[in-house]
Amino acid sequence: MTNRFNKTIIKIALKSFTIASFLMVYSCDPDETQVVTQLDNLVIADEFNVEGTPDASLWSFEIGDGTAQGIPGWGNNELQYYTDRPENVTVENGVLVITAQQEVFEGSNYTSGRLITKDLFEQQYGRFEARIRLPYGKGIWPAFWLLGSDCDENPWPQCGEIDIMEYLGDSPTVVFGTAHGPNFSGEDSISKEYELENSRFDTQFHVFGIEWGPDYINYYVDGDLYQTITPDTVNEETDGAGQWVFNRPFYIILNIAVGGNLPGSPNAQTVFPQRMFVDYVRVYN
Amino acid sequence: MKNKRLIKLVRAFSLGLVLTLILGCERDISDDAVEATFSNIGDVFTDNFVGMGSDFYFPFADSKFDAFSVDNNEGYNSAASYRVDVPNANDATGNYAGAILRIDGDGRDLSSYDALTFWAKASQGVSVDALGFGQDFGENKHQVTANNVSVGTNWAKYTIPIPDASRLVNERGMFWYAAGTQATGGSGYVLWFDDIKFETLGTIAQPRLAIANGNDISIDTFIGVTLPVTGLVETYNLASGVDQSVSPAPSYYTFTSSNPGVASVSEAGIITVNTAGTAVITATLNGLQAEGSLTVNSLGNFQLAPVPTRNPDDVTSIFSDVYTNTPVDFFNGFWEPFQTTLSADFAVDGDNILNYTNFNFVGNQFANPTVDATEKSNLHVNMYIPADIPSDLDFLITIKDFGADQADGGGDDTIQQVFFFAADFTSNTWATLEIPITMANRNNIGLIIYENINNPTTSSIENFYLDNIYFYVP
Repeated sequence: MTNRFNKTIIKIALKSFTIASFLMVYSCDPDETQVVTQLDNLVIADEFNVEGTPDASLWSFEIGDGTAQGIPGWGNNELQYYTDRPENVTVENGVLVITAQQEVFEGSNYTSGRLITKDLFEQQYGRFEARIRLPYGKGIWPAFWLLGSDCDENPWPQCGEIDIMEYLGDSPTVVFGTAHGPNFSGEDSISKEYELENSRFDTQFHVFGIEWGPDYINYYVDGDLYQTITPDTVNEETDGAGQWVFNRPFYIILNIAVGGNLPGSPNAQTVFPQRMFVDYVRVYN
Repeated sequence: MKNKRLIKLVRAFSLGLVLTLILGCERDISDDAVEATFSNIGDVFTDNFVGMGSDFYFPFADSKFDAFSVDNNEGYNSAASYRVDVPNANDATGNYAGAILRIDGDGRDLSSYDALTFWAKASQGVSVDALGFGQDFGENKHQVTANNVSVGTNWAKYTIPIPDASRLVNERGMFWYAAGTQATGGSGYVLWFDDIKFETLGTIAQPRLAIANGNDISIDTFIGVTLPVTGLVETYNLASGVDQSVSPAPSYYTFTSSNPGVASVSEAGIITVNTAGTAVITATLNGLQAEGSLTVNSLGNFQLAPVPTRNPDDVTSIFSDVYTNTPVDFFNGFWEPFQTTLSADFAVDGDNILNYTNFNFVGNQFANPTVDATEKSNLHVNMYIPADIPSDLDFLITIKDFGADQADGGGDDTIQQVFFFAADFTSNTWATLEIPITMANRNNIGLIIYENINNPTTSSIENFYLDNIYFYVP
């Protein structure tokens, strides 16, 4: 699971340009005929209505700076130490709150939280959706994403990664959706940005989701479908070298990273603490 | 130094001297439509003036009046812009460019907007002293200013957030600027502005407020003192991810005193000290609490300096409320890089007092004109130290004659220095310092310097007040 994320967002944008142009017809001009989601059979949902520690039957914590997992800095030179303390992860007022703090802790200068559903909830295909209000500031990197459940046996990127929503705190109007797999990972992943025109992601809640089937992943924000990735996309983007690996169960991750290769380090203007508020996570098939 | 300069600009203007340029511009907006509310047009200058009326350009009194023109070659995606030719520092007709654009006629309803935006570029990279809106040369109640704005040589868009647009229902002050050459070594440059307009961006977010620049500060003061709340700053995060700070006028804030009987605060942010005691001043804006506070420690009644009784004909006054004062260039030169002294001047029942804080040295300059002390050969200064007097206090007053060139430097300056010691002062009491001026050249005196001589960490005073600084015939 090294170098999971993209180093240069510019490259992402360029790579996704070809997709963008063919999507233009039916996704960039949202109208009444746009079909965003078709899967409505609710499989699981966490509405975060129980105060305190997140539901342990669905979520577990990843702890530390990645060293114990064999990937110090979580493969991206990230700066935070994940804990399971309520200062970093708690449920209150009907929302999950993940808090990135600036504090010296176990040799790191920042703490944060990372929740996973590994071994607790894993699903192949379906619609994965969350309603989230994001934090802001340089070096703040929250995400709502999926990893293949067999990453221990088939090391990343072979096991696949679907980033439903990633966001950099110094671009508060932009999120991006990405897919990583063999020969399209890290800075060569397949990705696209979604930008708000007259609003931001850190001032109100927005809905981020994918609908994922055997031969497609559709990415949407607030009911706007903005990216479709298919085996053909992978083929075209990788000149045939890529492999469609989104045909196995995946588990869910919610986290805020601080610093690292993609966002860069926090600067003097970055305000701490920073919080990501998750109103719900719902999965349909 | 920049702030000092701007304060001076504003003060100079309040004397009421205004030059108006009549601009031959075409206007698009008809005055025909009579509405119950004020116009909500956002555009101010988009290749030409929009709905500003004919008499809207008001330069600052001491600025270069004709620094502004409409450039019909340069523009942002157009061939027209608002051009400002910032003069060289030694320009005799004004050493900076500054003006307000105030609607000639009814104001506008800007309550639906969240920012003033404009495109700008400069002939060289510069830091523009002040850009903003809401200055109307009246109460300036809605003034919002971005200070030290970095402007580069390519067109870029700038955003000045509106702290609380609901107050802007009849606003005439559409744009204002002040640009000098302190950051360019005195060399003039050109600024171009275009597409100056109020907009609803929807991306102005994460407001962070400060009073006293976000610090918790404490001031020792006295009954009858009035002093302004300072350090009002609001910082926003823009869509670009970059923070933009502005200085909003006090009237955007709601001030609270923990003890209004001791110290009350007006809507305009003026604190009045009423009785002895302690009061903590805090502020909110739009319901958001500002970081920082101002603790007012009122020590009770203040003893004013002895009232001067000398015949005004025998006096040339630098600073007093009894005599007509000669023009003064500054009471604090904020000399870089070694001076630490700040000014926190105040008034007690209308008696103005100079208050130097964080003191190491400071000067009063009055070179336009210099003072002729040939006959008026005594300098009188009242000085008050609001603390214990250090036993080894060594306080130096230097009087400088500028010589025939009547300017600091130039090889013809002479000085006289007088030391004062602990025995010359009593804690919390006005001392009267009398200095006979005995130096040979004393007909072009232009500067008085006050300084701590001993090790500042062990024996110096950090704070003192001055009043009744004048030369007289002994």
